[in-house]
Amino acid sequence: MRQLSGLLGFIAVIAALFVFNSAYVVDESKQVVITQFGQPVGKPVIQAGLYFKLPFIQKANYLEKRILEWDGYPTEVPTKDKKFIWVDTTGRWRIVDPLLFIQSMGTEMHAQSRLDDIIDGMTRDLITSYNIVDIVRNSDQILTATKMEEDIASEERYEKITIGRDQITRAILEKAKNIVDDYGIELVDVRIKRLNYVDRVRQKVYERMISERKRAVEQLRSEGQGIRAEIEGQKERELKKIQSEAYRKAQEIKGKADAEAIKIYADAYSKDPEFYGFTKTLELYPETLRGSSFLISTETDFLEYLKGSSPKASQAE
Amino acid sequence: MAEIQLPKFNAPQYGSLFFVFLIVLIFSSIGTLFYSVEPDEVGVIQRFGKYVNTTQPGLHLKLPFGIETVKKVKVTHVFKEEFGFRTVQAGVRSNFIRSGSENSGRSSYSNQGRMFEQESLMLTGDLNVADVEWIVQYRVKDPVLYAFRVRNVNETLRNMSEAIMNLVVGDHSINEVLTVGREKISHLVHLKLQEVLDSYETGILITNVVLQDVTPPDPVRPSFNEVNEAKQEKEKVINQAWEDYNRTIPKARGGAEKAIREAEGYSLDRVNRAQGDADRFTQVWEAYKGSKEVTRTRLYLEAMQKIWPNVKEKYIIDQDAKGILPLLDLNRRGEGSEPHAAA
Repeated sequence: MRQLSGLLGFIAVIAALFVFNSAYVVDESKQVVITQFGQPVGKPVIQAGLYFKLPFIQKANYLEKRILEWDGYPTEVPTKDKKFIWVDTTGRWRIVDPLLFIQSMGTEMHAQSRLDDIIDGMTRDLITSYNIVDIVRNSDQILTATKMEEDIASEERYEKITIGRDQITRAILEKAKNIVDDYGIELVDVRIKRLNYVDRVRQKVYERMISERKRAVEQLRSEGQGIRAEIEGQKERELKKIQSEAYRKAQEIKGKADAEAIKIYADAYSKDPEFYGFTKTLELYPETLRGSSFLISTETDFLEYLKGSSPKASQAE
Repeated sequence: MAEIQLPKFNAPQYGSLFFVFLIVLIFSSIGTLFYSVEPDEVGVIQRFGKYVNTTQPGLHLKLPFGIETVKKVKVTHVFKEEFGFRTVQAGVRSNFIRSGSENSGRSSYSNQGRMFEQESLMLTGDLNVADVEWIVQYRVKDPVLYAFRVRNVNETLRNMSEAIMNLVVGDHSINEVLTVGREKISHLVHLKLQEVLDSYETGILITNVVLQDVTPPDPVRPSFNEVNEAKQEKEKVINQAWEDYNRTIPKARGGAEKAIREAEGYSLDRVNRAQGDADRFTQVWEAYKGSKEVTRTRLYLEAMQKIWPNVKEKYIIDQDAKGILPLLDLNRRGEGSEPHAAA
């Protein structure tokens, strides 16, 4: 009896072991390929849930079903116009054909290093075949924007792009996609994460930026001086205009007044010019003759009475 | 006998063993039977790995022993990612490590600063370099997608945020990036980042993209400041010129007005005087017309009356007595004034 129960217990444990080994749980984020002695068996399990397999001889290989990260190494690449830049790419991928994946890649680690090779190669190929503006810019909106700003423009930096960054990364993606298709991998996205000049070029660029700013400074200064001169000129002009106009007006007014005065005098005096001459002369005598010496003949009207009071005497003379 | 006795001995033995086993089972199951969801979370329930339900905050029951598992996802919490700098210690006065920071004495810090510089230094559309620091705020809008569709969502967000900021900055000039284009850039990044994250089904909602310090790279910064100074100076020079203009021109206008008024004054004076003189003459003449002879004599004599007292030397010569004139020593008088002869 004791032996029987012991045996039963043993069988129960063995059975439990078999059950636990044959059952497996697939998470929402996972997919499974069943292998038997290393050989894939049946269809891969993609839906999440509880599944069973043959215990011990079959093995459940878990693979990711989610979108996975891929991050490239920064690489130094020359562009078509011989600018050396650091390019750092990033990408996203997922395993769409687990069977194919497990046969060709085996592990995720291996896949990552394959992706490194492929995408880095593609990136290098495409970047070297375009000018730097095509890699940096995505559109030509800057051309219209900067024209408005009237900033210091420079030749090659404002040339039109041929395809732009989005198109280049699309091209990298498409080309790489075709290759990794054979590994059961879908490449979801490839993007340029970081882009910068290599150190020695960067120094040059900094120097250029500084010299550009200096130019801008000088331009601003001379613009200021120019506008000041303009304002000063305008001021002088205005000043002269005001002053001369005032002078002209004043002279005009004075002239009119003089003319009117002449007319008034003429109108009045022409009534009897002789009488005017007589009275005016008499008016002038006292002032003009003051302090002078006279040598006067008795024949003068004034002295005629010195000789006698008879008007006839004078008449007889 | 012994065979009969054995079950008697063993039955309570097995029974108590089973009982203990049951107790242990119950107690251990309690731990996996209940779970609580905090107010800022939801629970994502999986049964044998398969998603079945999402539960709201509170205490809940689930099937024990790993048949059902729960993933708790913070859905109301707003997360923040920093680019180009890191908050070392948040607080009223937060400490930062910035991309260009050289002041932090420890070498590990400056190494970190160097690392952030790689994040923040980027090329602008006019092939200049800008140092851009920004933050992205986000929360989980779909906990199921968030839990199952993308591995390492945080890393994906960081990578894509960098890639898109690089792309957008690469499409603007350095002046736009530094000044006028800031809002436009963060808006564009916000839109594009959301678009990309949606296409990956990350279940994330970007709530905010904010540009922080956006500066020219350190070696270039002084020259950018110089430009700003020059702008100020230009304004100043222009203002000074206008100031001078405004000081001079109204004053000149006043002067002009004054000259014209003076001329008008002169005009009035001249005309009035002329009119006065004319009126006077006319009056006198009117009166004179009536009695010409006597008035004429009177006027003559009145004038003489005024003249004679003021004449210094008077020599009266009789017309009949000729020969006196040669005897008169004209030089002796020495007054210089010519002798006058009244007509």
